[in-house]
Amino acid sequence: MNGYVVQVENLKVYYPTSSGPVKAVDGVSFNLGAREKLGLVGESGCGKSTLALSLLRLIKPPGRIEGGRILLNGVDLTQLSWDKMRRVRLNQISLIPQGAMNSLNPVMRVRNQIMDGMRAHNQSMSRQELEARVYETLELVGLERNVATMYPHELSGGMKQRVCVAIAISLRPQVVVADEPTSALDVVVQRQVMETIGQLQEELGAAVILIGHDMGLMAQFVERLAVMYAGRLVEAGGIREVFRQPLHPYTQLLISSVPLLDEKGVFRGIPGLTPSLLHVPSGCIFHPRCPQAQDTCTEEVPPLVEVGPSRWVACHRHEVER
Amino acid sequence: MTALLELRNVTKVYTRGTFVRSGTVALDDVSLSAGGGTPAITALAGESGSGKTTMGLLLLGFLTPTSGQVLYDGQDLRKLSSQEWDTFRRDVQAIFQDPFAVYNPFYKVDHVLEVPIHKFRLAKSHAEARTLMEQALVGVGLRPEETLGRYAHQLSGGQLQRVTVARALLLKPRLIVADEPVSMVDASLRATILESLRKLNREFGISILYITHDLTTAYHIGDSIVVLYQGSMVEIGHVDPVIKNPQHPYTQLLVASIPWPDPDRKWQRTDKTALWREGLAKTAVGCKFADRCPKVMPMCRESTPPFYRIEPRRAVACYLHRDSPMIAAEEVTQLAL
Amino acid sequence: MAARPARDISLIRRHPQLITGLAILLVLIVIGPVGSLFVDTKEAKVGAALPDLPPSARYPLGTDTYGRNLLPMLFLGTPQTIKIGLLAGAIGLGVGIILGFVAGYTGGIVDNIIRGAADILLTVPGLLLLVVIAVSIKGTVSVNMMAIVVSILAWMWPTRTIRAQVLTLREREFVRMAKLGGMKGAEIIVRELVPNLLPYLASSFVGAVASAILATIGLEALGLGPQNQPTLGMTIYWALYYTAVLRGLWWWWAPPIVIIVLTFMGLFLVSAGLDQIANPRLRRLT
Repeated sequence: MNGYVVQVENLKVYYPTSSGPVKAVDGVSFNLGAREKLGLVGESGCGKSTLALSLLRLIKPPGRIEGGRILLNGVDLTQLSWDKMRRVRLNQISLIPQGAMNSLNPVMRVRNQIMDGMRAHNQSMSRQELEARVYETLELVGLERNVATMYPHELSGGMKQRVCVAIAISLRPQVVVADEPTSALDVVVQRQVMETIGQLQEELGAAVILIGHDMGLMAQFVERLAVMYAGRLVEAGGIREVFRQPLHPYTQLLISSVPLLDEKGVFRGIPGLTPSLLHVPSGCIFHPRCPQAQDTCTEEVPPLVEVGPSRWVACHRHEVER
Repeated sequence: MTALLELRNVTKVYTRGTFVRSGTVALDDVSLSAGGGTPAITALAGESGSGKTTMGLLLLGFLTPTSGQVLYDGQDLRKLSSQEWDTFRRDVQAIFQDPFAVYNPFYKVDHVLEVPIHKFRLAKSHAEARTLMEQALVGVGLRPEETLGRYAHQLSGGQLQRVTVARALLLKPRLIVADEPVSMVDASLRATILESLRKLNREFGISILYITHDLTTAYHIGDSIVVLYQGSMVEIGHVDPVIKNPQHPYTQLLVASIPWPDPDRKWQRTDKTALWREGLAKTAVGCKFADRCPKVMPMCRESTPPFYRIEPRRAVACYLHRDSPMIAAEEVTQLAL
Repeated sequence: MAARPARDISLIRRHPQLITGLAILLVLIVIGPVGSLFVDTKEAKVGAALPDLPPSARYPLGTDTYGRNLLPMLFLGTPQTIKIGLLAGAIGLGVGIILGFVAGYTGGIVDNIIRGAADILLTVPGLLLLVVIAVSIKGTVSVNMMAIVVSILAWMWPTRTIRAQVLTLREREFVRMAKLGGMKGAEIIVRELVPNLLPYLASSFVGAVASAILATIGLEALGLGPQNQPTLGMTIYWALYYTAVLRGLWWWWAPPIVIIVLTFMGLFLVSAGLDQIANPRLRRLT
C-alpha cells in the first residue's frame, strides 16, 4: 500500500442495451490520498454520476462493473460479497447522492433517518451511542439540536442538504463522495453547504471527492481536479496547475466558457454536442469538437500519461512531454 | 413613457387550506415596469423565496395578484377584451427553466412552433410556415433537418432550449420573460443560448426580463438589474455598478458568495453573520433582512426602509443610505430602464 | 455493431400481457358468431332436447331443466354479457371524461359541483341502488337497458381519477406554452391534455368494463336481468332457481363461471399491458 486511501484502476462500467453497451465509464484510473479534496468535473452525460455510484457498488442492473479495480485501503471493492460491501458503505466510504435533499423520507424525523443509516451499516452501536452520535453529527454540520426532531418539510433546502451530509458522515467514514451536492441550491446556500463540508472534512480528516460541473465551485473547494469527458478522464492535476495551464483542449474550452465578472458580454461556448456513449467516436473521443485535432486524433486513442508530478493528460499533443 | 408591462403595488399571497387559511407572502407591495421605451435586458435576481418566479408568472398573466394591478400598455389585465388579450399574448412570450417540460411528449417539437404560427396567423400556407420555422432555427444555430420532426426525448436539453428561443425569434414579441433559461443547460451551451437572447434584444428590439439567481450570467446579459429579497426589491441599478460595488448588505452577500473560478480567489472570510443566520420569523414590520444584516440598526426593525436614490440611476432600500434623497417605489423601476 | 431497432422485436414479445389479454377477449367476443356456425342455435330454445342431460358427444355441455342445449346457449350468452359490459363501460367513461376534464381544468364552482355529485354517489351502495332501479323498470329489460342501468354508477370513478390526472397536467409547462401560443380552454383540453392521457383513459375504460360486467352479473344472478337472453348471469340465475347445485347438474352452472373467470383474466391482462405502455419503467428491456 502506498498511502492512497482510494485507488481506481482502469474502471469500466457498462450498461448493456439491445444496440450494444453504453460505456458510461470506460477505463478510468485515479488515486485519492487521505484527507485529500479531489474534484471530478464534467458535463452532463460524461459518466461522473455512474463513477460515483460504482465507488459504492451501487450500480443497478443491467448496468455493471465490467472491469477494473476499486481499492479502498488496499481492499478491492469489486470483489467483495454483498454483505461485506454493506459493512464498508457508510463506515468507510459514503455518498451524498445527487438530489439527496429531495429523497429524504417525508414521514420520518431527521433523527430517525440518521439513525436508520447507522443501524443498517453498523450493528454494534447501542441506542444511547446512536443518539449521542446523531447530536454530535448535527453539530458538525452546523445544525441546531432541535433539528433532530423535525420533519424534512420543516427545513429549508440548505438545511435538508446538510442533513444529507450528516447522514453521510454519521459513521465517520474515511472517504465521502459528494455528487453535485449544491446543484439545486442558491448561491448563498451553496456557499453555506460547501463551507460546512470543508469544515467537517478538516475536523474528521476524511477525503472528499466532489463531483460536479461548476468550475467555480471546484476552484473554491478542491485541491486536485480531474476532468471527465464521455466516460474517460482527459486531464488531472493540482487545481492551480489545471486552471493556470490547462493542457487538454476540452479543459481549456471548459475553463474559458465560465463567464467571469470581468469581461462583460463576452460569451464563449463549446461548439458541437457531447457524443453518444453508445457510438463513441474513433480515436480520441473529443476529436469531433477539438479545435486542435490532428490526423492521429481520429485513429488512436490517446492514453492518460503522466506529464509532470501528479499531472496527467490524455492528448496526443502532450504525449511527447515526459 | 408607458411601460409595456407593469406591476403596480402588487402583493401576492399563496394561501393554503380551505377553512383555516395560512399564507406565504411571495411578493410584498412591489412595483416594477418592464419593456417599453428602449428595448433593454433587465435582470431580476434573487434566491428561492424571493418571489422572482411569481413576478414572471404575474407578468405573463398566469397568476392574478392578491392586491394591486398588473397592467399591459396601461390597462389592467383582468379588464382586457378578448381581442386585446390576443394581442397581449402575441406581445409577451416566455422561456422557462426546464427545457423538456415545455414540450408535450405526445407531439413532435414542431408543435410548439406550429401552434403560434397558426393561431397568430403568421403564415398563409404550409410552405410559408415551414420556411419561417427553418429560418428561426437557423437563427439560433440549429440545423432544421436535425431538429424538426423529432420528439423532445430525442433531443438534448440544450437543443430544446434553443428551439424555445427560436420560437421567440419567430414570434418577435415585444417582451420575453426568461425564467432561468440556462440553469438546467450544460455550461458549454449556456454561452450560445445567452448569445441568442442578446441577439433578440440587439437586432430585433425585443425587451427581455431575465430572471435568475446566478449573478454572473445576470451581469453578462443584463443592462440593468433588480435584486429581490423575500418578496421585496432591495437594490436597483445598472449591472456594472451594482455588481462591482453593491450597496445593499444582501447584494453584498450575494456577490461575495459567487464561486470565482480562480483557486487563488476564495470566498472572503467576511462577516459571516449574514451567511449563517437563516431567515428567522418574517417580521411584520421593518426591513426583511434585519435579522441577517451585519450592519443592522435599531431603526431597521421599526419600519421598512424606503428607496433612496444614491446615484442618478441607482436606488437602494436601506437605512444606511438615509442621507440620500428618497424616491417613490413606482418611480424606482423607471430608473433602470 | 448493427443496431437492432425495437420494431424488429415482435409485438408479442414486447407486450405479452396486452396481446394475451386482447386475444382472450377477442375469442370470447367472436365465440358467438363463430360458434353458431358449428352448432345449431335453435337448440338453445326451450324444449329442444331432453332435460337434465349430462355432457356427451351429442351435447358437449349437456342440457338444462328446460331442455336447452347448453353449448349454443353459452355461445349466445357470452357475447351478450360482454356487450353489456362494453356499452356500460363506454357510457360511464364517456360521461366520466367530459365531467372529469371539465372539473379538473375549470376548477372553481363547476369543479365543486361535479366533485360533490360524484362523491355522494360513490358512497351509495351500488348494488342496492341498481336493484332498486332494476326492480322499478316496468316490462321486460333488454340488453341495452341493462347497459344503461349499470352505467348510472359507472361514471363516478372515471370522473374522479381523470380529474386528478388533469389537475396534475394543468400546471405543466407545455400547457403554459400552449396558452402563450394563443390556445384557449377547450382546445387546450382536447389537443394538449387528452393525448397525454390516452393510455390512462384506455385503462380506465378496462376498469369500467370490468366493474360493469360484475354489476351486470350480480343483478342477473338475482334475476333482475334481461329475461329472454341467455346471458351468463341469467344462466346462473336459472341454474340456482332450479337447484342445479343440489341436483348435481354441474354442467349447467360451471361453464358460465369458467367463462366469467376467463373474461376477468383477459381484462386484467389488458389492464396490466396498458399499464406497461403508460409506465415505461415497467417495460421489458428491449
